[in-house]
Amino acid sequence: MKSGILNLVLKRLATTVVTLLIVLFAVFFATSMLPGDTASILLGQAATPEAVAGLREAMHLNDPAILRFLRWLFGLLHGDLGTSYANEMPVAKLIGGRFVNTMELAGITTLLSVPLALTLGITAAMLRGSIYDRTVTILSIGIISVPEFMVATLAVLVFAVYLRWLPALSSVNEAHSLTDLVRIYAMPVITLTFVISAQMIRMTRAAVIETLSTPYVEMALLKGASRSRMVLKHALPNALGPIVNAVALSLSYLVGGVIIVETIFNYPGIAKLMVDAVATRDLPLIQSCAMIFCLGYLLLITAADIIAIMSNPRLR
Amino acid sequence: MTMTRAAASGRSFLGHSYNLVGVIASLVILAWTLIAIFAPYIIPHSIGDIVDDDYFGPMRQGLWLGSDYLGRDMLSRVLMGARYTVGISLAAVAISCFSGVVLGMIAAVTGGWLDTCLSRFLDAMNSIPSKLFGLVVVAAVGSSIPVLILTLAVIYIPGAYRFARALAVNINTMDFMTVARVRGESTIYLIGSEILPNIIRPVLADFGLRFVFIVLLLSGLSFLGLGLQPPLADWGALVRENIGGLPFAAPAVIVPSLAIASLTISVNLLIDNLPKKIRDRDA
Repeated sequence: MKSGILNLVLKRLATTVVTLLIVLFAVFFATSMLPGDTASILLGQAATPEAVAGLREAMHLNDPAILRFLRWLFGLLHGDLGTSYANEMPVAKLIGGRFVNTMELAGITTLLSVPLALTLGITAAMLRGSIYDRTVTILSIGIISVPEFMVATLAVLVFAVYLRWLPALSSVNEAHSLTDLVRIYAMPVITLTFVISAQMIRMTRAAVIETLSTPYVEMALLKGASRSRMVLKHALPNALGPIVNAVALSLSYLVGGVIIVETIFNYPGIAKLMVDAVATRDLPLIQSCAMIFCLGYLLLITAADIIAIMSNPRLR
Repeated sequence: MTMTRAAASGRSFLGHSYNLVGVIASLVILAWTLIAIFAPYIIPHSIGDIVDDDYFGPMRQGLWLGSDYLGRDMLSRVLMGARYTVGISLAAVAISCFSGVVLGMIAAVTGGWLDTCLSRFLDAMNSIPSKLFGLVVVAAVGSSIPVLILTLAVIYIPGAYRFARALAVNINTMDFMTVARVRGESTIYLIGSEILPNIIRPVLADFGLRFVFIVLLLSGLSFLGLGLQPPLADWGALVRENIGGLPFAAPAVIVPSLAIASLTISVNLLIDNLPKKIRDRDA
């Protein structure tokens, strides 16, 4: 039986690797389609045709796309992300510090939103149909139904404009004390936490409700177990798999959320770097940033799937 | 879910009963649709005209929703914004659902390598975060309305495909499918006359959900400045260009946000309150 699970997990991992290759291919080709000739953009309007041709040759832009893709992939395997067109710096160096910033943002958000969402989701499912449950459900539907930038705008409106507690922009360089640090991270983290938690609450609530409607939970109720015992002892252990799955899936929404949130709050992370790179048509930078995002996203959904496989008692 | 079912009142229309929330939600959607169609005939000012001396003007008579960052009439811009947001999203969702559902049904009926290849490929597409995909493609080919529609459609094809295929696979095991196959019916007949009528209701509910996703993504892209280009503006772009009015809580930044929220929340509520028969996703 154990080998059955192992097989499934390995299969899932293999799928991830294949998917990753397809995704890398797609990212590479999408960015290769950028309008205009990179060489002439780099040299400006005054460049002579000879200079443009020379630069094209030097940058291997005349090679077939598949060759450039393989060269890029090979470089990636060696940790070489290429050189930024815009400022001649190695992409790895540009990304390095900003990657840490983004991970910090994501990490803090995760630490805050997971306990919050699980508590709200599980209690809402236990008190299903009550005013409390309805409030939580309506609020989470509301947050899911609006774009992330609206949640951010609302947060700015409430905390920075009306209450004047926090600054509307963030910049990590200015942190001198703990209070500074809190003020800097507060707005982006609050926004992201709202967005991620809403998803997680809905999924957790659904998972627990589903378990609560199973025959063995009904049996526990019929044999006279208390309500809390029924939920904690009988339902929750069985809902754990789906819940962890929901957490991993919801965290993958961080990828989309972070793009909007970093742009709005001017947070110096990879997403901001990427949006700026799109503006300057900085191919290697866009490719690397896109790759990091896809990789993170893929890892999270793979983790969610593997957890679902492992927690399925029928496979154990 | 029980809550909404219990609240479902006796309103009966076309054999289904609807509750109050569902009715209100559909009225809001209907209103935005009508505005989207008739916007050019009802706007008080042209969207490019500067009609106010002041920027971020408050609501007052004549300028019912105040003015924007250049002193243009906000009411006209929001009404025209409805046209772009609803129009582009509707076109995109129609393309993505049509292609996704047709491909999904074909994959389910045909099976074999076609099914495997299609599923693998579309699953891989699904592993690209939607905002990132939009960002890269729109940046790559520029952002005209046709490009936006196609990009949004392509992003949501894998989801529609997966959903339709899962439903169609269930139908495919039914006896009437075997009978139809034995009769020697063509694939087109099988998917059009045997499968489609049996999955159309959940597919329509899925259409609504996907519409919401597309509206959100379009607004997000426009907000990043990668959607519609000025002077045209959908609701996301309206929020972006007037974001400077945020510190004054200007109506110019609040109203388009409310417009997006009213549309997406209404669609979500409508689907949540559909009679179970239509909504049921595990049909």
